[in-house]
Formats: sequence, structure tokens, C-alpha cells
Amino acid sequence: MSAGADFSSIPFGVAPYRLSGVVYGALLNHRSALAQIGDAANHPPYKAPPVAPVLYIKPRNTLALSGDVVRIPVGTTELEVGACLGLVIGRRACRVAQAGALDYVAGYLIVADVSVPHESFHRPSIRFKARDGYCPLGPAVIARTAVASPDALNIRTYVDGALVQAANTVDLIRSASKLLADVTEFMTLSPGDVLALGAAAPAPRVRSGQTLAVEIDGLGRLSNPYLMAAA
Amino acid sequence: MMRARVAYAGAIHEARPEPAASLPARRSLDDGTLRLDDGRVVSARDVVWLPPFRVGTIIALGLNYADHAKELAFNAQEEPLVFLKGPGTLLGHRGVTRRPADVKFMHYECELAVVIGRPAKEVSRSQALEHVAGYCIANDYAVRDYLENWYRPNLRVKNRDGATVLGPWLVDAANIADPGSLGLRTFVNDKLTQQGNTRDLIYDIPYLVEYLSSFMTLVPGDVILTGTPEGVINVMAGDVVACEIDGLGRLTNTIAADVEFGR
Repeated sequence: MSAGADFSSIPFGVAPYRLSGVVYGALLNHRSALAQIGDAANHPPYKAPPVAPVLYIKPRNTLALSGDVVRIPVGTTELEVGACLGLVIGRRACRVAQAGALDYVAGYLIVADVSVPHESFHRPSIRFKARDGYCPLGPAVIARTAVASPDALNIRTYVDGALVQAANTVDLIRSASKLLADVTEFMTLSPGDVLALGAAAPAPRVRSGQTLAVEIDGLGRLSNPYLMAAA
Repeated sequence: MMRARVAYAGAIHEARPEPAASLPARRSLDDGTLRLDDGRVVSARDVVWLPPFRVGTIIALGLNYADHAKELAFNAQEEPLVFLKGPGTLLGHRGVTRRPADVKFMHYECELAVVIGRPAKEVSRSQALEHVAGYCIANDYAVRDYLENWYRPNLRVKNRDGATVLGPWLVDAANIADPGSLGLRTFVNDKLTQQGNTRDLIYDIPYLVEYLSSFMTLVPGDVILTGTPEGVINVMAGDVVACEIDGLGRLTNTIAADVEFGR
């Protein structure tokens, strides 16, 4: 038995051919996400806007494939989903300079960062973000060479077929290459690791019985049904 | 049984103390002898120590000892304060951890690490220890200068390369009579600086397995770093930091300056 999806089934046609199962993500990296917090960023508990990238980890039990059911826990009526472009690392990335940072990227895929909605960014419990199946990704890793630039990709989110959010990676505060440089200054990324670049705000919400799909230019469509967990 | 993972003469091996069970009583492992899985008996000095098992999800507890919570001026919590770490931070016994030149407060944290041995999903506290494979020592460094109030503790503080030292041994759960009463000690350059006992955990191991497995399935190789007691002090380049836990041995590592990392 393993927790999390069998990510070896995600098509990935370039080296390293397989995800490692390690997924990092950046929060508040889309202008709309930081704008949503507004002046509150200057007050307690935050006291100042973020300086370093605001990062989180989706552990391996959260990984899921397109089509997998995402379970809404008892006592929660809806989940929120951060639709992100994910970089898939191609070779060990340690202290990478921004110029040439994309040479360390093998490809791209769609990452849906599912959370139980929570107000605070201060010290949220991991039970909001680290639940089984709360990181659908895919449907495939698209080779870097097949994508002109990660910095101008449309990200569209649909709930039951209706467009609920349209974003573009051009509005990221740290671009793919800048984020890679800033992150690898203190933490090395390994082949097959995923770095999600951050979602726009407000995050779309999804209820039991609905299907949420994310499309990114050239990367296909990641679609998952959401259902209430059995009591 | 206690086992290590070491690199020796071009390959990675499982290693045991030789003769069996002779090492835990020793203050320094470096004087000991290891038996590799292929039969060779080698000096502990001649191997490179790796984290003693294949590490999966790394789950860490903040402020899980009342005295340390007080030390950092924290109030009572509603639930365990849990954060996650990535595999890039791992380091073996006798490894080297970088101290950035520009920081004022970088500290060790001696912690009991609980290694999962059987999948655990919605496990009750009474069954929790059946899912534990064994234990090892963790030294979970933090650079407090980089603390920001966004998704604390932020990764730049706690998820740095080389900042999670694990080992030297994975000791089978069967060899630890009561993980809830183990003494912990940290020495900086042989001077005792931190002392505690796992009996003072705010959330004990059965509770943590029950709590975590209520929303995330734990699988073999996942590890829970259960938090550190009071007594964390700043360490400087050149310092040798040794963490001891009763029955688990002594985990040593060295702090190095930026210059050694070409910075």
C-alpha cells in the first residue's frame, strides 16, 4: 500500500521520466494573491509583507491524478483550489542563477493545490493542505522545449464547465526563473521534484458533487470530481 | 537491532555495530567497528554515514515541550504545531551544516525521531505504536534570523540544505522499552547545553500518530520529529554539536562557514 497516487503513470517523456513525489509550492506569488491581503500584511500577526518566497510542501500522500476523487472532510462544505503552473526539475538545482535557471527544468505540469479554506497565513495547520489526495497533478509532464515560455501562460479554472478564474503567469511576482534562483539559494531541488509557482486569488471554491478542472496553455486539462467524505 | 546506512568503498551499505550492540554505550562511534551487509568489517571512521533509512515524508513538531514553548514565549496550542520538511535538508551522522555568515541566531534542536513501519490511516492512539518501525536521533537546525510570519516556520528557517541531521542508527521499536521516557542531551564542543526527557512531550507519540493519521496516511519511511526541549543556543562555524538520546546513541555534526561552501 502506498499513500498518494502512482505518479509513475503520469506521462513524462524526457529525463528524469518520473516524478520524485516531492512537491513544493509558492504562496502569495501572484499579484492578485498578495493584493487580496492588502494592508493586513503590515499588521500583526504578519507585521511585514513577505521577503523570501512563501513556500509550502505537499507531502506524497496528497498526490493524486487527473480523475481521482478529492474528498471533502465532514464538517466542511467546500474546498478551495489554487491552480498553478508546476515546474518539474530535470537536474539537481543548487544555487542556480536566474539567468539560465530554466535549464534545470525538465518540463511543466498542472498542479491543483487543494486546501480546506482557512483565513490565516500565519501558521495554518497542515490538516488544511496535507490531506490525502489534496494535490492532483498532471495530466502529463510537457517537455520544457515544447513550451515557449513559462512566463506567459493562461491558467483557466472551471467548475462544472463554467469558467471561474482566468489567470496568467505573467502576473507572478517571482517568475519561474526568479523563484528557482531564490529557492535554490538555500534548498536544493532534485530531479523529478515539482515547484508550483503560485495561484491567483481569490481561490475558486468547489462543493461536493462538482468537478473542478484546470487548463494551462499547452499543458492540457487536469480534472477532478469532489465528493463529501463518508461520515 | 540497530542499523545504519553508510557509504563505503564506492557503494551504499547497511551496517551494524560489530560486535553486535557494543556501540550504544560508547561515547564516540568513531572508535567503533561496523559490519557491512556484505560481510566486511570496517572502522566506523572509514565510512560516510547517511540517514539510516529511506526517508519519506518528514513531519516535524514545533513547541512540543512545555519548557521550550515557554523559552520562545509561546502560548498554549489548540492542536499540535506541525510543519513539513523536504528530503533535500537531510544529512547523515558526522555531516557538515552551513551557517550563513550574516545570521545572529542559528540553533540545533535535539529531537526523538519516530519512523513509521506500517501504513497508518485513522489509527487510534491505543494501536499507534504498532505502526512504528523504530527510532533515531534528529538534529533539526533553525536559522531564526530568517523567521517571517507567513506559513511559519518558513522554509528558509527550517528547510535548509543540510539542516536535518538523522542517525546514526535506526533502532528497532522492540529495543526501546518506553519511547515516552527517554533522556535527550545536546553537547556543543563537549559542553552540555540542552537536556530533556520525552516524558515532557506535550503531545506524545501515540497522540501524534493518531492525530496525523486522521487526515494523512502515513507510510513506511515517513518520520515524525517530535520536537525539542529547552536549551537551544546559537552555534558558530567550527562548533561540534552532539545530540544523544537514551538507547539511540550519539549523533554528531559540525558547523561550517560560508567560505567552506564557496560563498
